[in-house]
Amino acid sequence: MALEDICRFKDRHHKWFPFSSLEDTDTSLYMMDYFNLRWRGLRTSEKNSAIPLDFFTPPSANSASFCLPNHSTTVRRPFPLSHGTTTLGFIFQGGVIAAADTRASAGGLVACPAVHKITPIHSHLVVTSSGSGADCMLWERILTREIRLYQLRHRRRLSIRGTAKLLSFMLHPFKGTEVCVALTLCGWDKEAGDCAKDLEDSYFMSDESSSADVTRITDSTSPKSGPKLIYVCSDGARLQGDIFSVGSGSPYAYGVLDGGLKWSLSKDEAISLAREAVFRATHRDAYSGNNVDLFHITAQGWSQRKREDLKEEYYRDMEKRSKDRRGKIKRE
Amino acid sequence: QLSETKMLSAQGFGDPGKMKDYHYTGPVEHKFSPYAFNGGTVLAVAGEDFAIVASDTRLSEGYSIHSRDSPKCYKLTDTTVIGCSGFHGDCLTLTKIIDARLKMYKHSNNKTMTSGAIAAMLSTILYGRRFFPYYVYNIIGGLDEEGKGAVYSFDPVGSYQRDTYKAGGSASAMLQPLLDNQIGFKNMEGVEQVPLTQDKAVQLVKDVFISAAERDVYTGDALRVCIITKEGINEQTIPLRKD
Repeated sequence: MALEDICRFKDRHHKWFPFSSLEDTDTSLYMMDYFNLRWRGLRTSEKNSAIPLDFFTPPSANSASFCLPNHSTTVRRPFPLSHGTTTLGFIFQGGVIAAADTRASAGGLVACPAVHKITPIHSHLVVTSSGSGADCMLWERILTREIRLYQLRHRRRLSIRGTAKLLSFMLHPFKGTEVCVALTLCGWDKEAGDCAKDLEDSYFMSDESSSADVTRITDSTSPKSGPKLIYVCSDGARLQGDIFSVGSGSPYAYGVLDGGLKWSLSKDEAISLAREAVFRATHRDAYSGNNVDLFHITAQGWSQRKREDLKEEYYRDMEKRSKDRRGKIKRE
Repeated sequence: QLSETKMLSAQGFGDPGKMKDYHYTGPVEHKFSPYAFNGGTVLAVAGEDFAIVASDTRLSEGYSIHSRDSPKCYKLTDTTVIGCSGFHGDCLTLTKIIDARLKMYKHSNNKTMTSGAIAAMLSTILYGRRFFPYYVYNIIGGLDEEGKGAVYSFDPVGSYQRDTYKAGGSASAMLQPLLDNQIGFKNMEGVEQVPLTQDKAVQLVKDVFISAAERDVYTGDALRVCIITKEGINEQTIPLRKD
């Protein structure tokens, strides 16, 4: 995908894109160009479009007016989409830990019990996803493509803060629509240096036309290299922090993490804390469950712990509790 | 604005693909719906060197049956078959679009698309209609580049995953737990986990569809099974309950 773009190969195929030729070719049907927020005719090809997908909007009563699809004009869907999760990430002395459950639920049904909610983008960046499954999957693909393009064009890797900014700007045109994406970027920045920061800021300033809603990161005291944890969501929020938990099970995970998190934790203690947090959240939240995935990111890159079925953990926990209860009864 | 004030009877969109209630609920305004639910179940299983895609052949709408011979498996390449269930109009258009894209790929790259590539492409095609989705539940079954069986299951907006087995469509909620137990050996203790042979898999698929036809009104009439091996695609049709 990325190499195709460098060679401008995609432009030649643009007019063959399925929904521009096989759909209704009535000239009154325009396609919404989301990145620049304007209508454009179906036949014009876009040079080097930042968002590689063209979105088809259903014809609505006020299609003459220029508006993004919102609830009163969109077609109602007859099926539910996958949602609901527990993901968390935190920074400690040994790097960054990212953990998530693996259940994808659609309405009341478990659509898939073994989803990968944590996806590596490159060797030092991992993304945990929450919200609608399809949205997260596609936006992660788009992000991976854009990061790779940046690396090919500028011969250096974009920083985590730059990545978060890029993602936030790409999601901005979809603010107010049904796109529901809440990603936590967990990574390690490798090089320090002021010139790197200036380069990435000026790149985005020239590219972006509507920067009105950009949230500023006012964290000038954080170092340029080292572990980073940034939360980006489709509402437009972009937050840097030391601990994040996202999803329907996040209140339970926060409770466990806030109770046990210290900067000085060892790697094993941190892993066991993250596991415990996800386990407690899956126990109490109906929309989280099945297994726990754990990633650990250090200066050397990310490493994945083997996926663990929480069913075993639950039985071990029950065993421990009944032993305590028996002990208490004996003592009385 | 009018759509917000109308009374949504059970015919509305909160209830995916089930029948309308034919009793009086009060005055209801009916808006044109671009979607319809045509029923049908698809199933795919991946083995060591084979893949099976099976579907029933009933096409229904509401209380009527439109056709008893409308299979939902479509052959894409010599090593890939897709099963599509949901709204039949979207299934037809989607398969036409996939066929066109396969041809384009063949003409520009001088090779056929692999199963994994087709899955990734379908994901972007489906997501392109994020705001007016194709009402289709897709499952792709085929052989990957190494010759091993592969199954890719999709949701209507393009989220996908490689699996060993998956059921989709109207009886999916009934069949998936059965497959979890028989193929995935889930929820059983102390069982020897033998890998699935091709004959056992075909027999299991037939038994599973017979059960589905018993309990789901939208599934029945006949079963079409496509078995994909490196020799090619072998199709069988087995009759099911017609009531």
